[in-house]
Amino acid sequence: MPEFKYLEFDENAAKAEKNAAKIKDVSNTNSPVLESLGETMFLSMGPSHPSMHGVLRFMTELDGETIVKITPDIGYLHRGDEKIAENVTWHQFIPYTDRLDYLAPVANNVAYVMAVEKLLGITDQIPERTQFIRVICCELARISSHLVGIGCFGMDLGALTVFLHAYNEREKIFNLFESLSGARFTTSYPRIGGLSRDLPEGWLGEVDKFCDTFLKAVDDLELFLTRNRIWLDRTEGIGVITKKQAISWGLTGINLRASGGNFDLRRDNPYLVYNRLNFDVPVGTVGDCYERYLLRILEMRESVNILRQCTKLVPNGPINIEDSKIILPPKKRAMTRMEDLIHHFMLATEGITAPPGEVYFGAENPKGELGFYIYSKGGGTPYRLKIRPPSFVSISVMPLLLKGAMISDVPAVIGSLDIVMGECDR
Amino acid sequence: MKKNAEDLALRLKADFPNIISDPIEFRGEYTCELLDPARLYEVAKYLRDKLDFDFLKDSTCIDEPDQEKRFTLVYELYSYQHRVQMRLKTRIFAKKPQISSLSDLWESANWQEREIYDLMGIQFENHPDLRRILMWDGYQYHPLRKDFPLEGKATQCGNIFTEVAPLEGGPFVTLPGNTDTGKREPRSRSTDSKF
Repeated sequence: MPEFKYLEFDENAAKAEKNAAKIKDVSNTNSPVLESLGETMFLSMGPSHPSMHGVLRFMTELDGETIVKITPDIGYLHRGDEKIAENVTWHQFIPYTDRLDYLAPVANNVAYVMAVEKLLGITDQIPERTQFIRVICCELARISSHLVGIGCFGMDLGALTVFLHAYNEREKIFNLFESLSGARFTTSYPRIGGLSRDLPEGWLGEVDKFCDTFLKAVDDLELFLTRNRIWLDRTEGIGVITKKQAISWGLTGINLRASGGNFDLRRDNPYLVYNRLNFDVPVGTVGDCYERYLLRILEMRESVNILRQCTKLVPNGPINIEDSKIILPPKKRAMTRMEDLIHHFMLATEGITAPPGEVYFGAENPKGELGFYIYSKGGGTPYRLKIRPPSFVSISVMPLLLKGAMISDVPAVIGSLDIVMGECDR
Repeated sequence: MKKNAEDLALRLKADFPNIISDPIEFRGEYTCELLDPARLYEVAKYLRDKLDFDFLKDSTCIDEPDQEKRFTLVYELYSYQHRVQMRLKTRIFAKKPQISSLSDLWESANWQEREIYDLMGIQFENHPDLRRILMWDGYQYHPLRKDFPLEGKATQCGNIFTEVAPLEGGPFVTLPGNTDTGKREPRSRSTDSKF
């Protein structure tokens, strides 16, 4: 049986008493600062905890309820995607990108496919219709990702209703994806050099219909949170990061814009047809949790704006490039023409042959910049494929945001940074 | 005043004529190679302070076992002021895979370098916290090296990933058919077969 150290216990008790006296003393003033007990507690949060957004673990050192030190521990969802990429053909990797940021699978598909297209040098040959459809998909994915982001953020802080309402809307987006690609979640819809299939009849009308009802739903979401006293108390002034810090730590997307970094790849390094669309990029000033939430709401409204422009602008025409060394020729041609049959066979067995070279392509994903760095030595597989996941960066700033905060701020900060472990761990 | 990537790459070349190779352009991206990896920190500091590359987007490593200088470190730099991106590469020997850390120039380098250390086994000098990040502490291998097999290597670590994963034609293939998942799962199959 271990010996009890009464002396230590007494010492702590004496300190606690001293602190209690202090609380009485300061009860009339505005500075309820407690003296540190000098004794810290180690608490492990996660890896499976509802507010950890997947499998994330925090090792926290607490002094009372104040965080002295917090260390994120990641890697629980590491599947070796980059290693797999070196062993599969260019096309075979598309389904793996679904599983990166699994709340916006189409956006990942598009980013990957465009990185390979950049390597092949066919970016400017992609038909306009395909580009518009890709923009529509990306924006729908953005809305659906932000809905989960806000829903889970709300749920982590005790506002369960928000989550249910957000999921209602998300289901409608999934219905759209289902009729588009056959899958609700892991769509694998785009192909290198085009799309896997054309739009179903009347699909653009469905998107328009969704836009009409969706703005009302965003208003409802805002009713729950934006001016909610409890919500403001829990998020305002929590997890503040300055613009300079945000840039140095490498934050992108909404997390950067909330701190005042006025940058959006869709506007500043335009890809697809974003330069032909009119949209605002909401930018914050403070960089706290509340502002990150607010920007997500605003960005959903902007996405609706983009969707409405796109549905009017989608031209008729082909969806795939002509080069059948890159994309499978239509079935009819493969069955009737010798040359197309050969291409079809070569593509199905060996895949695309890429030139040697290296490219980086970054796309503005819902969580931030998702980048693919490809180093090719020529041939059917990448020699090295590096994924730059925005969530990886967002998690790395947690120790900065949470130092000296309360333990109850942890879910608020995680929720506001909107992280996904599939992408962080790869 | 905004400058384009070519100007900045040429200026870098002009200021470090002996250790920077001629900028290579491919698909509109400029790549500069640093010939002397020992001076990486100095060049990186110059890029950040003089050429305004305030954002280290990504850093990664390429493994080419057939080369004498086996590892290539790749840094993707971005300048918010000029809105341009540039790539800096440097090659290091396999014998002593070591390079200086950039984590006090860009905070984002901290975790990126931990990842490279974890998956490629490059040592970073003066890194504040060089630990494994994706694999667990005590793991012996560096899985992104080319000599590490896709199916993994057996480890002595408790009951996780102690065996090699069966491949059967592709990564992690589950057998088709209408038996229950337990039987179709690759790990549940007997080891009498090839795997």
